[in-house]
Amino acid sequence: MDDLIIAGEKFSSRLIMGTGGAPSLEVLDQALAASGTELTTVAMRRLDPEARGSVLDVLRRRDIRVLPNTAGCFTAGDAVLTARLAREALGTPWVKLEVIADERTLLPDPIETFDAAERLVADGFVVLPYIGDDPALARRLEQAGCAAVMPLGAPIGSGLGIRNPHNIELIVEAASVPVILDAGIGTASDAALAMELGCDAVLLATAVTRAQRPDLMAAAMRDAVAAGRLARQAGRIPRRRYAEASSPMTP
Amino acid sequence: MIVMINGAAHEVTDGTTVAQAVSTLTASTTGVAVAVNDEVVTRSAWETTALSDSDRVEVLTAVQGG
Repeated sequence: MDDLIIAGEKFSSRLIMGTGGAPSLEVLDQALAASGTELTTVAMRRLDPEARGSVLDVLRRRDIRVLPNTAGCFTAGDAVLTARLAREALGTPWVKLEVIADERTLLPDPIETFDAAERLVADGFVVLPYIGDDPALARRLEQAGCAAVMPLGAPIGSGLGIRNPHNIELIVEAASVPVILDAGIGTASDAALAMELGCDAVLLATAVTRAQRPDLMAAAMRDAVAAGRLARQAGRIPRRRYAEASSPMTP
Repeated sequence: MIVMINGAAHEVTDGTTVAQAVSTLTASTTGVAVAVNDEVVTRSAWETTALSDSDRVEVLTAVQGG
């Protein structure tokens, strides 16, 4: 089978879901089921004694692996502490490393991200860093021992799609760890394009959780990722400037 | 003495442990992690780790996000 393999772990779905933005745990549950995802991100926050239900219960019921992230961290030190707390709380050394530069763009800070990645790899974590669409940084993070790289298509929650497909292709060409397109996906065609460009998986949340019908969009994303993967493996025809007849022009 | 638990000041007796601090927020011990002054305290050490005056206790859990 055409499994996705990250750090030796196999996944038959190439759609990784986030859980942010869902109006309720019930809606999230239905969307996760429809997406077919096997790996889903959660954030770490101060425990709220008033909170009812837990995203962890939803993931456990659906038998979905949890991928904690370091969302909300602005420095390497914050991210390392958050990753250690996530490992303690959830019993997993996997972490989606996310170190944000500023609140307006939510773009990842490359310097802090690289610093945190080195420290977390040294501490035994399986590190999946969220980065800009920067081929040089992707290569450096792979060399530093990251288990995957997660370049953005566009800013988090923007739904702008893949703003620089060329850079995503450059990252894919050079990488020998999985490339997971993360952030910016707006609709199914964006997810299909990510896979056609050669990404190994797609991570998305807002496009599904804030769609008018999250369960329908989740199913669309599932099919788009599968279709894009097949198209990549099939090998698309070259683009031509002029028509090329598919049947003989003379009788 | 006064300790900060998730940003709120609490008056507690000397010798209060991390486990007792956590129990002010939740009865659950799964899916929860604690840092005291930015250092993780592993679950097995909650009962035996006593807090000091002005300690900052952070009790975290997983929530929707990302």
